[in-house]
Amino acid sequence: MRRIILSLLLCFVATALFSPAQADTAALLDGLKAKGFKAKIAAVEKLAASGDDRVVAPLTAMLKGRLHKRKSDGTLVIIKKIDGKKFFFHALNGKKLGPAKSRTSKKIRVNNSLRGILRGVLGALTLFSDDPGQRLSAARTMFKSAGKDSLSALSKALTREPDVTNREALSRTLAGARLRHGSGAEKIAAAKRLAEFPDQEVRDLLARSALSAQGDLLHAVKEAAASIEQRLAFFNILQNLFQGISLGSVLLLAAIGLAITFGVMGVINMAHGEIVMLGAYTTHVVQTTVLGYYPDAVSQSLLLSIPAAFLVAGLFGIFLERSVIRFLYGRPLETLLATWGLSLMLQQFVRSIFGPTNREVIAPSWMSGSIEITGGLVLTNNRICIIIFAALVFLALTLIIRYTDFGLRMRAVTQNRAMANAVGIRSNWIDALTFGLGSGVAGLAGVALSQIDNVSPNLGQSYIIDSFLVVVFGGVGNLWGTLVGALSLGIANKFLEPFAGAVLGKILILVLVILFIQKRPRGMFALKGRAVES
Amino acid sequence: MITLNRGAWIFVIALIAITVIVPILNLALPETSPLHVPNYIVGLFGKYLAFALLALSVDLIWGFCGILSLGHGAFFALGGYAMGMYLMRQIGERGVYGNPDLPDFMIFLNWQELPWYWLGFDNFFFAMVMVMLVPGALAFIFGWFAFRSRVSGVYLSIITQAMTFALMLAFFRNDMGFGGNNGLTDFKELLGFNLRSQGTRAALFVASGLALLGGFILCRAIVISKFGKILVGIRDAESRTRFLGYRVEHYKLFVFTLSAMMAGIAGALYVPQVGIINPGEFAPANSIEIVVWVALGGRGTLYGAAMGAIFVNLAKSYLTAAFPEVWLFALGALFIAVTLFLPKGIAGSFKLFPFGIMGRSRS
Repeated sequence: MRRIILSLLLCFVATALFSPAQADTAALLDGLKAKGFKAKIAAVEKLAASGDDRVVAPLTAMLKGRLHKRKSDGTLVIIKKIDGKKFFFHALNGKKLGPAKSRTSKKIRVNNSLRGILRGVLGALTLFSDDPGQRLSAARTMFKSAGKDSLSALSKALTREPDVTNREALSRTLAGARLRHGSGAEKIAAAKRLAEFPDQEVRDLLARSALSAQGDLLHAVKEAAASIEQRLAFFNILQNLFQGISLGSVLLLAAIGLAITFGVMGVINMAHGEIVMLGAYTTHVVQTTVLGYYPDAVSQSLLLSIPAAFLVAGLFGIFLERSVIRFLYGRPLETLLATWGLSLMLQQFVRSIFGPTNREVIAPSWMSGSIEITGGLVLTNNRICIIIFAALVFLALTLIIRYTDFGLRMRAVTQNRAMANAVGIRSNWIDALTFGLGSGVAGLAGVALSQIDNVSPNLGQSYIIDSFLVVVFGGVGNLWGTLVGALSLGIANKFLEPFAGAVLGKILILVLVILFIQKRPRGMFALKGRAVES
Repeated sequence: MITLNRGAWIFVIALIAITVIVPILNLALPETSPLHVPNYIVGLFGKYLAFALLALSVDLIWGFCGILSLGHGAFFALGGYAMGMYLMRQIGERGVYGNPDLPDFMIFLNWQELPWYWLGFDNFFFAMVMVMLVPGALAFIFGWFAFRSRVSGVYLSIITQAMTFALMLAFFRNDMGFGGNNGLTDFKELLGFNLRSQGTRAALFVASGLALLGGFILCRAIVISKFGKILVGIRDAESRTRFLGYRVEHYKLFVFTLSAMMAGIAGALYVPQVGIINPGEFAPANSIEIVVWVALGGRGTLYGAAMGAIFVNLAKSYLTAAFPEVWLFALGALFIAVTLFLPKGIAGSFKLFPFGIMGRSRS
């Protein structure tokens, strides 16, 4: 009811703006039945000039090829599907006119030029819609299509627009339209105004106008283009930086569990990637379960899978430590082989249960979408979530190691096992728990990776080499080293990509890390003193 | 020949016997004879012999010098690619596009002329030199940097793995000019002999057997010599050996480069027998598998490594065909069992001949 009142109100406003005769609309609409495309174009333009917003529905339908002429009485109808059946609706008042049978109506045909005009006209009409989102998208789509006749509509819309974002978009579109169709002074002002909107579209427009511009205008256009160029380059750097940090936090998540098991305990766990995979599959199982019992809560299931994955992976890690790894302490190369064997078994295990194909993990609604800082800088929500998640995990881990009793015992055992035993620490249990902690964190990484990567038996394989490189690059036995290592590798990778391409960039990174290790064999933040030699 | 102990003698004699008998039983006997060796067995075991040579090369550096390379598959694949390039050039005008100079994939990618690094590969001897030179050069450069800055132990393992991973990514690129994803395949003949004929296959089998034999005797000679003693010294106490005045990095570099060349030869023998070489051979997983053959057979025993390679691949061929689901479980369990219960491998742990015929195994 409210919507009807609103739209009536809007009708009234629109009528007041353009002062057309209401009754004429129906007559004008009949013009669409004309045979030739030229006549149709004229009819569309007349309809647009009427400013009657009831014409939006038939024109949209026409654009999509759903506007038909009923053969029996020549009424214009819109065909809509309801529950798989087609029905006729009156083009102007939207009344249901009964089921649509084929051959009882004839489609109003459109060609490309007509489509272009329809889009522009619809844009102008929706500029006055009551939905701010629609107004925004109208303002944006009109940037390319706005013609001379929409100048007045645009400036009117601008004066009436309450929303700040929409006003920005409108003034950008208006400036673009003025640059193309305005008077001489207007053009120069528009070029200057456009310099405030650094994005690809504006850059293209300025480049095109520079071809035909002369004198002062050319100067203004060139100046605007240069300023936009500069800001776009800056945004590009920011965008790369963001993507690099996001890649870095993925690496951090994957590597930080390894930094504990490898860095602190000296265990080379080749099954680390598969523990990450276990975390990802736990996410999948939790989601399927939640979907089965509480389908509405599926968005929240990801939150539930965080502790679940930590527990599953952590308990598995403790089991692994007790059953295999504790027999291999001090023999790192043999641990490598045993855990590699384990990783093969885990892969086959998952493949036997869940099948070799990718498993779907639905992204929760609050993680989809993106934040647009300006035209040139878009941050996707899931990347932001992962950055925050990685930061939280890192923070929690450093706090645990620094401030908890368990952390204290863990450091004691790492630094001097015999002395720790002597003061009554059960180093066996500390080993198991430390390994469990590292594995649990790997499980958390699996939750995050399930959002950006395929959940498949090969998930772990693709991260294991990167994780080891990060740990070795950052320096073993140092969580901060892992942080810096992950971020610098991530950022370096993203900055190399535009020049070298994704694959070559990755190869370059590998080569650089290999060279770096030659220079500093113990990583960036190397342990010093006696611990080094052991 | 006095350099061989009894276990090694048994291995050498068995190897010579197989190298001689299998091709005879395959070629000379009619197919109806119960002693006839089927053709596929010759191909399969020829492949295993190449793998055994590869395992030998890993055992030389890991078992005797403590260098655990997780990138030896890269040297194997490079040797294989060098051989594959020769075989590609031998196809000549018989390719799908019938171009005498350019391999099919280059025409497919619209290349106009042969890249410079393909020049000379139509010559067999040049290609054979490259089979050893390319892996050797890579190992020399890589080892020169790594050993000079004293990268050792786990760190070395991880950067060798990074090396083979980087090479895999590189060879997957079409721009590299090595056939990209599909690699090199569709070979026709080697030195004018048809690769599909049984005689050629038997000859390749013999060549693999001889290469393994030569590699074994060479490795054996090295580890028995004074040089070999120093290698073992480096393995067991690197710093102490250095303080005694030996240039540890020179020893390591020599043995690493030699091992890479052996791996390259193994790759060159492998490629004509399986008929394809693609970037998948660079996969880090392959390199780790090689290490497992050695660990299973017995690290530091040479013949154990070769036997381990043959045994694991035999099991793999059987299990992947009979129970594909079980194979990875079996392989994984094997790794764990060997490291937990047989730290010296099969050859090092079991006295197969209780009367001391095997001799004392060195570990």
